Amino acid sequence: MTPELGQLALILALLLALAQGVLPLIGAWRGNRALMAVARPAAAGQAVFVAFAFGILVWAFLHFDFSVQYVADNSNLELPWYYRIAAVWGAHEGSLLLWIFILNVWTVALAAFSYKLPDVFASRVLAVMGLIAVGFLAFIVFTSDPFGRLLPMPGDGADLNPVLQDPGMAFHPPVLYTGYVGFSVAFAFAIAGLLGGELEQAWVRWARPWTNVAWAFLTLGIVAGSWWAYAELGWGGWWFWDPVENASFMPWLVGAALIHAQAVTEKRGSLRAWTILLSIFAFSLSLLGTFLVRSGVLTSVHAFASDPRRGVFILAFLTIVVGGSLLLYALRAPKVAGGKAFQLLSRETVLLIGNLMFAVAAAMVLLGTLFPLIGDALNLGRISVGPPYFGFLFPLLMLPVVVLMPFGPFLRWGKGESPLLKQILLRVGIAAAACAIVAAFFVDGKLKAIVGVAALAWLGVGVLLYAYKRWRDVPRGRRYPGEMAGMLLAHLGVGVFVAGVLLTESLSVTRDVRMAPGDTQHISGYDFRFDGVHRTTGPNWKADQGVITVTRDSKQIAVMHPQKRTYPRGQVQTESAVDAGVFRDLYVALGEPMDAGNIEGAWALRLYYKPFVRWIWGGGLLMMLGGFVCAADKRFRLKRTADATAPVDLQPQESRA
Amino acid sequence: MKPGIGNRASPARRLRLAFFIALLTCVGFAHAQAIEPMPFANHAQELRFQHLTHQLRCPMCQNETLADSNAPIARDLRNQIFKLMQQGKSDEEIKQYLVARYSNYILYDPPLRPGTVLLWFGPLAILLAGAGVVLVAIRKRRREGVETTTVGDSADNGEDW
Repeated sequence: MTPELGQLALILALLLALAQGVLPLIGAWRGNRALMAVARPAAAGQAVFVAFAFGILVWAFLHFDFSVQYVADNSNLELPWYYRIAAVWGAHEGSLLLWIFILNVWTVALAAFSYKLPDVFASRVLAVMGLIAVGFLAFIVFTSDPFGRLLPMPGDGADLNPVLQDPGMAFHPPVLYTGYVGFSVAFAFAIAGLLGGELEQAWVRWARPWTNVAWAFLTLGIVAGSWWAYAELGWGGWWFWDPVENASFMPWLVGAALIHAQAVTEKRGSLRAWTILLSIFAFSLSLLGTFLVRSGVLTSVHAFASDPRRGVFILAFLTIVVGGSLLLYALRAPKVAGGKAFQLLSRETVLLIGNLMFAVAAAMVLLGTLFPLIGDALNLGRISVGPPYFGFLFPLLMLPVVVLMPFGPFLRWGKGESPLLKQILLRVGIAAAACAIVAAFFVDGKLKAIVGVAALAWLGVGVLLYAYKRWRDVPRGRRYPGEMAGMLLAHLGVGVFVAGVLLTESLSVTRDVRMAPGDTQHISGYDFRFDGVHRTTGPNWKADQGVITVTRDSKQIAVMHPQKRTYPRGQVQTESAVDAGVFRDLYVALGEPMDAGNIEGAWALRLYYKPFVRWIWGGGLLMMLGGFVCAADKRFRLKRTADATAPVDLQPQESRA
Repeated sequence: MKPGIGNRASPARRLRLAFFIALLTCVGFAHAQAIEPMPFANHAQELRFQHLTHQLRCPMCQNETLADSNAPIARDLRNQIFKLMQQGKSDEEIKQYLVARYSNYILYDPPLRPGTVLLWFGPLAILLAGAGVVLVAIRKRRREGVETTTVGDSADNGEDW
């Protein structure tokens, strides 16, 4: 009867979420402190019940409670305990439970760190978080109950999809969700600001560290997903522009725009309306991403029909969140442009251009991802939109961002100085050109690779020049505030990432080969010797495991063991072997025996030489680090005595109007 | 029955059986890899084959390229493409051949047609509209705007850099 306790806990959590979502809003509206004070205890209580339900589902998995349908569908007796825990978020119902659990963690953190905020504002923010929780808990309770029973209880369960049985996949969804859900905080701040009419800079300052942390988590989640796809799916690619990937990439793009827009709004007071709009879109796209991936709509629009209640609920929920917040925006967004004036040549302009490009890129990805679904729904004929489309348009849209990036920090707020910019242009230009010329000799004149090296020099030297300027001009201790250090790290990360992508794409070597034991293949200076295949077993799989010895100039580099696993329910899964390095990865995947059944004979193998592929994730990790460092800026932690209740900023706005 | 078979299956039957088993195991378990060494005439042709099969979609899979998919149909199509290449067909001719059989669904690079105008030019339209808004905003902000605001000046908002 324990699973029913979990269900009960979810229902109680839903009621508490309703209280958290409705009462403090009324309290803030009527000035009733007692009602406002409901927010924090309700949030804490809801978190306790959701954590309890989550714990019960974990417990059901650990104890093989196959009388629970979800457990029976996603685990079996042979599945090791760590993957039984990961199986909790291995399918639709459990991942929604994980989503709401993470939302509760964010809400409790917000409740704990929001005591310095004015009561009215804090209760509105927590209420918005409560309303989001209502939507998700209702979705779980009414359409996607993870505790549904399966009677009579089967002796053994099915299996967790073998693709998910990998450390990367156990790690990737929680981190990604932490990022998705984190944007709910920026969203809640924006909505609370709209509701209260407190449109001065204060709320943006409070929202900034939260947004940065959310974006950093999302970055880490995407990096983990990309790395997992590379290592696990066996095709050696790191990004496929698959709808599932795009779903996480859209909020990331809008989030990147948002953290820059928030900086402008906080420091200069301008772009307020745009910041609010981006907050709404970042969260809406996170919701869309969650549902796109989990609803099955991506496989086919018609998959929705398999459980129409879910589809209808999702559409209704999205409509309410997006439509409601946009309506509120239309009614309450600042009509008069506030903040300080800026000239054409200013940091604001550059950030605005960057924002525009990020927003258009996100729109392009959205269009490309949904277009086949729309076409399918309207019977326009089935078409596919894939890497050639995104891979053509995305770099075009990001080109201005990369070109302008070194100048951003050097441009002043309000009005920039063109002599300084010319100097910077000359220096980064010379650095990029010099590196490109040197690189041309090493990469056989491959254009993409040369561009990659030049881009790294362009961005890297830009970052170094600015770091040097601060070191020269500013006294010790105040040189690199967290916010700036984070920016420099993230911008350097972009350079490392771009270089990694372009170098890998142009210099990688892929060979499908037939190898008999003892055969050697020569690829990019490495000798891959195939030493045969033997059988091996793991906790819940049997595998054919190949042995490949890699040597270079007759010095042994690595012994690699690619596998072809068979799981208890007959699913076949390749496990590639990767010899990682800073400058190159060697990658081997095992295909089929050439003579079926004779595993001791010749095999089909795929060998890769992938230079600089780690730089792709290294760049991503630097961006993530930048987000965290920025959020840790001391400035955001200062106790503010302000005054958000008193709209101080109203005066200049009125005088202008 | 043909003579001489006894209880051992003929090669043809064994092949059919193997194909049937392969069909059973491949469908739905597409994450086993598609690795097939092919006798390419030269390295340039191998690269061309890799490039082409990465731009085509396996018609029966969820979302996989012909290059990556292990589904039987993807194997057949890869072999077909290889054959067409040996016959000296260009990439464009091979694509036409496949589109004639599997519709535009097989192309990851959707061709520009009345139905896909929005797809290809939508981002440009959004970009132009957005650029217009940004330009207007910048022009407006050069004239209007508050030189000093009360909030922020007293507080350290990191505006000094």
